[in-house]
Order: sequence, then C-alpha cells, then structure tokens
Amino acid sequence: MTELTARKAFWRGYLDCAPFILIVIPYSMLFGVVARDAGLDLFQTMSMTILVIAGAAQFTALALLQDNAPVFIALLTALAVNLRMAMYSAALVPHIGHARFSVRALMAYLMVDQAFAVCVKTYEERPDMQPAAKVAYYFGCMMLICPFWYSFTFVGAYVGQAIPASLSLDFALPICFIALTGPLLRSVPHYVAALVSGVAILCFAWVPWNLGIMVAATLAMISGAQTELYLRRRAAKGAA
Amino acid sequence: MISDLDFWILTILLGIGTFLIRFSFLGVFGGKKMPEWALLHLRYVGVAVFPAIFTPLVVWPPATEGQIDPVRLTAALAALLVGLRVNVIFSIIAGMGTFYALRFIF
Repeated sequence: MTELTARKAFWRGYLDCAPFILIVIPYSMLFGVVARDAGLDLFQTMSMTILVIAGAAQFTALALLQDNAPVFIALLTALAVNLRMAMYSAALVPHIGHARFSVRALMAYLMVDQAFAVCVKTYEERPDMQPAAKVAYYFGCMMLICPFWYSFTFVGAYVGQAIPASLSLDFALPICFIALTGPLLRSVPHYVAALVSGVAILCFAWVPWNLGIMVAATLAMISGAQTELYLRRRAAKGAA
Repeated sequence: MISDLDFWILTILLGIGTFLIRFSFLGVFGGKKMPEWALLHLRYVGVAVFPAIFTPLVVWPPATEGQIDPVRLTAALAALLVGLRVNVIFSIIAGMGTFYALRFIF
C-alpha cells in the first residue's frame, strides 16, 4: 500500500464518507421540517442543529418536548441516546488521541456515527497509517458530512413543506445503520458481537430512557472480546 | 407549542452534555496508552452499537406502530447482504430500493 500523506488522507476520508450524503440530505431536511412543524423558528432550528449535531438525539428531544414531557426528562433521554458516543470516543483514543487538546475538542464536537464507522474501518485496515494522516482522514470524513447536515437542515426548515409521509423517510435511519454495520463484519467475533447486540436490544427494549442500547452494546462488546480470546486460545492449542 | 425557555434550556444543556460525552475519553486519555483489555473490547464498539440502534427500528417500526412489516424486514436484509458483499453506497441503494419497490408492488 502506498504511504498516505496528510493531504491525501483528508481527501480519501472525504470520498470514503461521500455515500452517506444519500442519507444525510433527506434526514437533515426531515429534521428541519419536523422542527418547524413543532413550532421552532428558523434560528432555533439551526441553533439546535449546530450546537448538538446529533440527529437521533435532536429528534428525540423535540418529540418529547412536543409531548409536554418535563425538560429534564427530554434532556436525559436525548443524552442517553448519545451515550454511545462515549464508546466511540474511547475507541478513537488509540488512533487520534495524540492530537493537541484543542484539535481533540474539535474532533469531539464533530463526532458522528458515519465518520466513526468509516474511520475505524480504515484505521484497522491500514495499520501503517501515520498519526497525522489519521487525524487528517477524520477531518476529511467530517468535512463532507457536517456542511450537508447544516445546510439541508436549513433547507428543510426554510422550505418548511411537510415531506409526504408516503416517502417513509423514517426508514432511511435503520438502513443507514445497516449500511454502516455490513462493512464492519470482518471476522467471527464481529458477527457474534453484532448478533448479541441485535438480540439483546430486543430483550432489553423495556429499559427506560433508551438505556437499553448501552446494555446491549456492553453485552455485545464482551461477547466479541470473549469470542476473540477463545479463538486465539484454540489457535494456540492447535499450533502446540 | 414548545415554550422558548424550555427550548433554550434543553438545547444548550443538550449541546454541552453531548459535547462532554463525545470528548470524554479523547479528552481524558489523549495520547496515553490504554490497557490491553480495553483495546480488546473497543475493537467491537461499532458492531456492538449499530445493531442495537437499527434492530428495533426494523422489527418494530414506529411508522407501523410496532407491527412487524415484511417489506421493511426484506429491505433491511437486502441492505445487510449487499453491505456485506459490496459496499456502503450499494447497501443504502439496495435497502431503500427494495423498500420502495416492494411497497409499490404490494
């Protein structure tokens, strides 16, 4: 494999994240429309999108406020949706943790599911990647997603036309996460983890405030790790 | 109607809280080395989190009030298989394409 300079890595990240525009455009527009329908003005809608940049949490918070839930319940529920990103943060430490404090803060602000999935896949496939190239790659991923997220929220909020329910844009969200998962399934432990996650979330759907996701994810990580250890032990035994 | 005060309290605290969650480990650990057992588990973050998000949305879609919908199940399966074999963009196209095609037929 050829050595990646920081500049090349940036553009590689940009291109690798490009497919997600297909999802980000309708999804961010949908948020703009839903926010206006909920009675937010243009400035409020954009403030929320820019301060939070986390689609699922924004939809959750908005829906709860509309249902007249107390503010702190809406806040906690939406934060629980975002707790998964603490796991992303941890998983990114070995790759981009070396960056300056201010750069890390900016990377944290920009952290979204798509960029995380694409970055981690690339970092693991290219262990030869230089630390500076990894940071550049990360920003390349986000430089594509973020402007689209802002601008199409604005378009949705500005146009304000209700998107016909018959388009079922709600289904774009699970499809997006399925598309993120597929390429990550590279080994038996990955399959085990994904399967445990899917089954566990159905079993723990009753856990309040969306915390079932954290339960399922923790069980799945342990299953993946244990499967990897088991396979390693078995391989070692076979070799001996 | 959402009151302005409620909105701003929620948005500002959600913004700060979300940032702190995202910054957590990156901020505290920085360039320090993480223990081996942590690295072992962190390799599985993506595959551990994403199915927990999409599975309920596929099996109990809010749009059908939680009723199982064969069209959505089939479309999700198409997206997954294509994602495994080909790549992200075709996975999205296969998923949404199957979904719209089946809904048009039935």
